[in-house]
Amino acid sequence: MANKHVNAIVVGSGAGGGVVAKELSVAGMSVVLFERGGWAKYDDHDQDELFSQRTTVLGNAYGPDNIRYKRVRMWSEGEKTIVLPNEGGYGNNAACVGSGTVSYGAMAWRFMPEDFKMKSTYGHVEGTTLEDWPISYEDLEPCYEKAEWEIGVAGDDSLNPFAPPRKKPQPMPPFEHNKEAQLLEVTAKRLGWHPFPIPMLRNSIPYGGRPQCYRIRGCVGFACPVNAKCGTHNTVIPVAIATGNCELRTHCVVSEINVDDSGKITGVTYFDEKNKKQTQTADIVVVAGSATETARLLLNSKSSFFPTGIGNENDWVGRNLQDHAYCGANGIFDHDIYDDKGPGASIAISDFNHHNPGIVGGGVICNEFNALPYLFTGIRPPGAARWGAEHKKFQRENYKRIGRAQGPYQELPTFDGRVDVDNTVKDFWGIPVCRLSGKASIKDADGTAFMADKAEKWLLEAGAIQTWKTGVVTGERPVGGGQHQAGTCRMGNDPKTSVCDKYGRVHSTPNVFVADGSLHVTNGGFNPALTIMALGYWVGGYIAGEWLKGNRFK
Amino acid sequence: MDETIYSRRKFIKTLSIGVGSLLLLPRCTFSKASDWRFFTNEEGALVDAIVEQIIPTDEWPGAKYAMVTNFIDKQLVGPYTRHQEIYRNSLSAIQIACKKAFSKKFEELAWDEQTDFLVSLEKNEIATKVLDKSVANGNPIRDADKAIIENWLKSNFFSLIRNHTMQGFYGSPRHGGNYKFVSYRMIGLDPYPIMGQNRYKASSNGQ
Ligand SMILES: Cc1cc2nc3c(=O)[nH]c(=O)nc-3n(C[C@H](O)[C@H](O)[C@H](O)COP(=O)(O)OP(=O)(O)OC[C@H]3O[C@@H](n4cnc5c(N)ncnc54)[C@H](O)[C@@H]3O)c2cc1C
Ligand code: SF4
Repeated sequence: MANKHVNAIVVGSGAGGGVVAKELSVAGMSVVLFERGGWAKYDDHDQDELFSQRTTVLGNAYGPDNIRYKRVRMWSEGEKTIVLPNEGGYGNNAACVGSGTVSYGAMAWRFMPEDFKMKSTYGHVEGTTLEDWPISYEDLEPCYEKAEWEIGVAGDDSLNPFAPPRKKPQPMPPFEHNKEAQLLEVTAKRLGWHPFPIPMLRNSIPYGGRPQCYRIRGCVGFACPVNAKCGTHNTVIPVAIATGNCELRTHCVVSEINVDDSGKITGVTYFDEKNKKQTQTADIVVVAGSATETARLLLNSKSSFFPTGIGNENDWVGRNLQDHAYCGANGIFDHDIYDDKGPGASIAISDFNHHNPGIVGGGVICNEFNALPYLFTGIRPPGAARWGAEHKKFQRENYKRIGRAQGPYQELPTFDGRVDVDNTVKDFWGIPVCRLSGKASIKDADGTAFMADKAEKWLLEAGAIQTWKTGVVTGERPVGGGQHQAGTCRMGNDPKTSVCDKYGRVHSTPNVFVADGSLHVTNGGFNPALTIMALGYWVGGYIAGEWLKGNRFK
Repeated sequence: MDETIYSRRKFIKTLSIGVGSLLLLPRCTFSKASDWRFFTNEEGALVDAIVEQIIPTDEWPGAKYAMVTNFIDKQLVGPYTRHQEIYRNSLSAIQIACKKAFSKKFEELAWDEQTDFLVSLEKNEIATKVLDKSVANGNPIRDADKAIIENWLKSNFFSLIRNHTMQGFYGSPRHGGNYKFVSYRMIGLDPYPIMGQNRYKASSNGQ
């Protein structure tokens, strides 16, 4: 039996897609929300460090699995490697209802006004595709507010003088600092910096009908055992389903966007939970599969009308793939600074995010999420033993004595850092897989060195007896594209140099939209999830508003 | 036979009654003769010695007590099936090399000799050393053995078994290592808190 025609299809139920599904179904549109994974359960993995979403050596706890998925990595030109989803080069986020928002660390940042105007602020940077967004912080501000209130954020921006202007405070009070952060707080003040609690998509008080967080050690990488972490899976998606207008189809993999004989986009082809090929028609298709998978789906949708894939007339789909250049420092203290209060990350400074002489952009610097014991085996000063009695002794003596300060330096996008598809390598369903290739910008060297320097200064001032820097870019490196993947279908006013317009509509179509991290023109000096959620409200709100006015996007 | 080995074997036996037919038999080429899923008993003894070098016993038990070999063996017929070839060949290369250079098995070498061997393996220098030494000993190596040593006695195997040892010792006991949370107790971490009745169960509406 054929599937009933609906108003809109949303592909992917993560940060962006979950929000769009809610916006459309609340406006009365009929929606099918496709998700290739299923509902994630805490009990499937409990606190198993080796099988989580952060340390994935035995597999990705929240998908995708190693049996049905793979990708191609070009580590350098001509050097083609097949990578599995739990391996470093794959560039994974997650595959379940809510995607990364189930297992994320839940930092909830608003980008700064400068982050939307990188080219105007810093000028053209040779070898990069640095550009302004077609929308401003002011445009997105109401959407950030919706994300904060509907999904739930604990924080207090008034303590951060560099925070962008806001109309309403965050809905929940900030978390109290753990021991490490208390130490770093007084230190930062002594240095004349402006420390503040990290805004978090976690319940500091009961909120949204869900309980308060009780701060367990391992939060990042795991689903929350008490449902105190706020993602799209336990907020907007249930709201969408409750309207009766949104049908969530889990374990369904969308393989292609369909185009009819007249060039009209009619819906999608997908493989259902029994791996049977099916068609779903709709007036509108919204793609929110994450920056890598969204680009793949557009590129795999080839027809005589779109011979190189939908939206790819000018070869921009999949380009500008960005991540963050994580950098900072670690320090050993001569007393315990670890108090086992989850999730660890607690304090931030945004003093070095913009307007640093000679540096393009910058980033927020935070104390790190708790390192569980296996991850900690790799945290050693340069030259320290990697195994044997000495390594074991270090683990025992210093597990509770290491302070870590790190931040996501805003990588500069490049034209050749990209996702495309490899037609010779297919996944379980026979769909050509993502191929990640190209280099990240060498210009990131200055910014990461600058930030790591500040982080090290912070730890030394706090009394660390030995410190070392991490993540400083020193040479050419392959493009990233992991948990913070973004930028592959950038929005812009000029169809020649962008894929989507300012509302996320693919320029060359009337009815295909993108609503995830792919839209990011640049990726900010912050973790991206709240901005992606805000874009979900921006794109979803636009479509719903137009729909109610009678626009059918023909 | 010391107590730890005994308890480990007993543990594996118990395991094999529960899920053994699933894990043990299909892939194990030496099933009748071995106490392990993937390893032969000889390989098991060698791996015990290597992992104990990587995380030795001091005032706290080492990798052998923590059943790291059991962890690795279990993963080699699960998520690490793709590493079976390198384990089988590299372990064999280590024993051939030790026989040629020292006329002993690896686990029969003195502690410091074992350490030196692994340090050279990590630096990717062991193959050359062994080949030189066997020539000096007047005990030259057959071409077939030489090929095994040159192809499989490499630093990438050391990195692999080092990482797997760390995982087995410091990871969750549910995968067969970190016996009785020994590494957590050593670090001073409580095992995971027991969740109350609040325990979140996902349902179709996520609440
Ligand atoms: C361990 C971890 C920690 C993190 N910590 C933070 C943090 O502290 N702060 C922060 O801001 N961000 C964090 N992130 C990142 C954050 O989760 C992502 O930035 C965000 O989820 C990306 O949103 P998205 O909508 O672009 O894609 P996703 O949220 O990845 O959504 C894409 C969804 O689409 C589905 N999909 C893809 N292709 C198809 C297809 N063809 N058919 C059907 N379904 C499909 C996927 O399964 C997935 O569910 C973290 C991520 C992880 C994994
Ligand atoms: S720290 Fe809080 S939000 Fe995170 S898993 Fe624990 S209870 Fe849930």
